[in-house]
Amino acid sequence: MVKSILLVGVGGQGTILTSKILSAGLVELGFDVKMSEIHGMSQRGGSVSTQIRYGDKVYSPSIGAGEADAMVAFEKVEAARWLAYLNRGGTLIVNDQEVYPLPVLIEKEKYPSDVLEALKSTVENVKVVAASSIASGLGNARAQNIVLLGALVNALGLKDLDWERLVREHLPPRLHDLNVKALQAGLSL
Amino acid sequence: MKSLMTGNEALARGAWEAGCLVAAAYPGTPSTEILENLATYPEVYSEWSTNEKVALEVAAGAAIMGARSLAAMKHVGLNVAADPFFTMAYTGVNGGLVVISADDPGCHSSQNEQDNRNYAPFAKVAMLEPSDSQECKDFVIEAFELSERFDTPVLVRVTTRICHSKGIVELGERREAGVREYKKDVKKYVVVPAHARERHVVVEERLRSLREYSNASPLNRIEWADRGTGIIASGITYQHAREVFGDGASYLKLGFTHPLPDQTIERFAAGVDRLYVIEENDPYMETFVKSLGIDCIGKESIPACNELSPQIIRKSLLSDEPGPLYSVDTAVPARPPVLCAGCPHRGFFYAISKYKDVVAAGDIGCYTLGMAPPIGVTDSVICMGASISGAIGMAKAAERAGRKIKVFGLIGDSTFFHSGITGLIDAVYNRGNIAVAILDNRVTAMTGHQENPGTGVTLMGEVTTQVDIEGIVEAAGIKAGNIRIIDPYNLAETEKAVKEAYNSTEPFAIISRRECALLKDVQRRKRGYCVVVSDKCKKCKACMRPGCPAIAFKDGEVVIDASSCNGCTLCLQLCKFNAIVKVGE
Repeated sequence: MVKSILLVGVGGQGTILTSKILSAGLVELGFDVKMSEIHGMSQRGGSVSTQIRYGDKVYSPSIGAGEADAMVAFEKVEAARWLAYLNRGGTLIVNDQEVYPLPVLIEKEKYPSDVLEALKSTVENVKVVAASSIASGLGNARAQNIVLLGALVNALGLKDLDWERLVREHLPPRLHDLNVKALQAGLSL
Repeated sequence: MKSLMTGNEALARGAWEAGCLVAAAYPGTPSTEILENLATYPEVYSEWSTNEKVALEVAAGAAIMGARSLAAMKHVGLNVAADPFFTMAYTGVNGGLVVISADDPGCHSSQNEQDNRNYAPFAKVAMLEPSDSQECKDFVIEAFELSERFDTPVLVRVTTRICHSKGIVELGERREAGVREYKKDVKKYVVVPAHARERHVVVEERLRSLREYSNASPLNRIEWADRGTGIIASGITYQHAREVFGDGASYLKLGFTHPLPDQTIERFAAGVDRLYVIEENDPYMETFVKSLGIDCIGKESIPACNELSPQIIRKSLLSDEPGPLYSVDTAVPARPPVLCAGCPHRGFFYAISKYKDVVAAGDIGCYTLGMAPPIGVTDSVICMGASISGAIGMAKAAERAGRKIKVFGLIGDSTFFHSGITGLIDAVYNRGNIAVAILDNRVTAMTGHQENPGTGVTLMGEVTTQVDIEGIVEAAGIKAGNIRIIDPYNLAETEKAVKEAYNSTEPFAIISRRECALLKDVQRRKRGYCVVVSDKCKKCKACMRPGCPAIAFKDGEVVIDASSCNGCTLCLQLCKFNAIVKVGE
C-alpha cells in the first residue's frame, strides 16, 4: 500500500523544510520513500508543490489528479488551485492564510473571499488550521510550516515517532524552542 | 549506511565514491546541486566555470592529465559545450571523463525541451540513464569505469524528475583512483586533420565494442512477468511504467542507452505479444526498435511534449482517465513568479519602461521576469548571451527599415561572463548602435545564489580576484564617456543613465550595480522598511506601477507588508505626496 501526500504553497513558505522532516521520519518508520519537488523560477513568489509517496515499495515519485491521499495547502487559494489532485475521500489540511499574488496586487485579478467555505462544502475531510496565527502566538509566524507538519503527522496517524528530535535535527539550536512548540501545537489539533 | 538523497546528491556521491578528483560546471536548473554537493567533499577539486564549454574543457584537460573528472550542466548547457564534447569523443581520455546532462522535460525552468539522448549517437559516445537516486550513484561509478575501459567520454543523462526527487541510497566508501601517468601522445590528443581521420576509425571501432557490451551490460535487464505486454523504458519513465502496469507486464529496463542493445531488444520483443516503448520527448528508443524491423507502439500514443507521469501513461495507453475529481467554483487567481520585493532589477526596468520605442533583448536569469506585467519591458529571450548579440541584429535590421527605435540588450553579471563578452566586442567592432545594460546583482541569483567571477569567492569558498566588469567593458572598446555605473535603488540616477543611453548613437553600456536583496549578507545588514502614511496617501497608486509584491491595495488603502519589504525605497521615490516613509533604520 502506497500513500501519496501533496504539499502546496507559495515559494518561501517553508514547504521544502516540512517535506524534508516528514520524509526523514517516514524513512525512520521503515517505509520506502520517494519525494519530488520541482523548483527553479517558482521560488520567486510562485506556486510550489512537493510530492511525497511512501509504502513498502515506491516506484514513481509523481502524483496525478485524484491521487493524493492527503494534501496540505500552506495558503488558501493554493488549496483551490491544486484541489483536483486530492482523491475523493482524501484529507485536506488548509492553512487559513492569504498571500496575494501579483495579479491581485496590481488589480488584474481578484482574491476570492469564499475559498474556505467552498473547500468546506466540497471536501468531506477538511481541517482548517490557523497555523500562521498559532506560530505568531508562539513567537514567529515563520514557524507555521512546523504547525502544519504536526497537523499532517496527526492526520496520517504517524505520531509514534520522536518528531521533536527530527525537528531539532533539521533546524539550528536557536530555533528549537519555537519549532518544538509549533510541532506540539500542530500535533494537538 | 542508507540515506535519503536527491538524484543530484547521489550523482555527486557517486563521483566521490568513484575517486573523482576534478569537477566543473556552470549552474543551471536542474543540474546545479550536483556541483554544490561535490564541493562538500574536500578530496574533489570543484569549480564554477565561466560557462559549460569551459567546464567541459577543464574536465577534459584533467582527464587527459590522468584524473577522473566530471562536468555537469543542464541540457542547453551541452549545446554550449558541444564543441569539446564531440572532439573528446575522438581523442578519448586517460583518466575517466563523465559528462552529466540534466534535461528538463516539461520546461520547469528552461527555454526548451530538447532531448539530449540524441547527443550520444551524434557525438558517438556511450550513454547511461539512471532511473532513481540509487542508480544515479551506481551509474556514475559505472560511467567512470566504462570511460577508462573504452577510452571514451561517457554521457550520463538525467531529467528534472530524477535530479529533484529523493529516494533511499545505500552509501559506499570512496575508492581512490589516483592520477594516471600522463604520456605525451600527439596522435591521440592533437586533432590535426591527419590525426583526426585516424581517430575517427578508432571511434567507429569503439562503437562496435560498446554495442557488444551494451548487449551484455547488467544495466540493461529484462524483468519477465506477464508476457502479454512488454515495455521498453529508461530513466524515470521506467518507474512510471512500473507504477501503471505492475506485474501485469514484462519490462526491458534500459540503463545503458547508447549504443542501444540490439540483441537484447530482439530477444525481449520476441517474448512478448504487444510491445510499448515509453519515453519522454523524442522517439529515441522507438526509432531504433523500428530500425530493427520490430513493430511497437510509441509516439503515436504517447505525447512528445511535456513530462510524462503514471497518469499520462495510463491515459495514453489504457484510455484510463481519473474518476470524478474535486473542484470548486471559485475563480483562482494566477500566481506567476515575480521579481522579489527589493529586487535591484525593478528600478532599472521601471526607468526603461517609460520609453515606448525601446526594444529590449533580454537574457537568462531572474531579470527574464522583466517581460512580465506590469513591467513588460523585455521583447525576446533566446539563450545565454543572446541579449547583446541579438540586440545588434535587431538594431541593424531596424536601421534598414528606417524604424525609429532604440535597442537595449539586458544581461546579468553571471550571464555576461558566460557569453555576453563576445557579443559586446562584436557590438564595438561592428559599430552596433545599441545600449547594453549589465544588471550586476553580484551573484548568480536565479539558480540559488552561486558564486561567479565577479563575486571574489570560488565554489570551494576560497577568496580570489574579483573580475572587473567595467574594466572588461572598457577594454572591449566602449568609450569611457559611454559607460555609466549606477545604483538602481537611486531612481533619478538610473533614469538619467537610461536617457543618455537612449540618446546615444554609439555603443553604450550601463552597469546597474546593487546586490541581490535576498543575499544572506544583505538580509543581515537590512535596516528598515517602507510604510504608507495613510492621511497623506492620495491613492494614485504610482508606487504600485513597478509591481512590487510587498505593496498591496487592500480594503481601499495602499499598504506595504513590513515583513516582505526590503527597504529599497523605489516606491518612496515614486510618491509625489511624500506619503511613503522609511522607518526602523
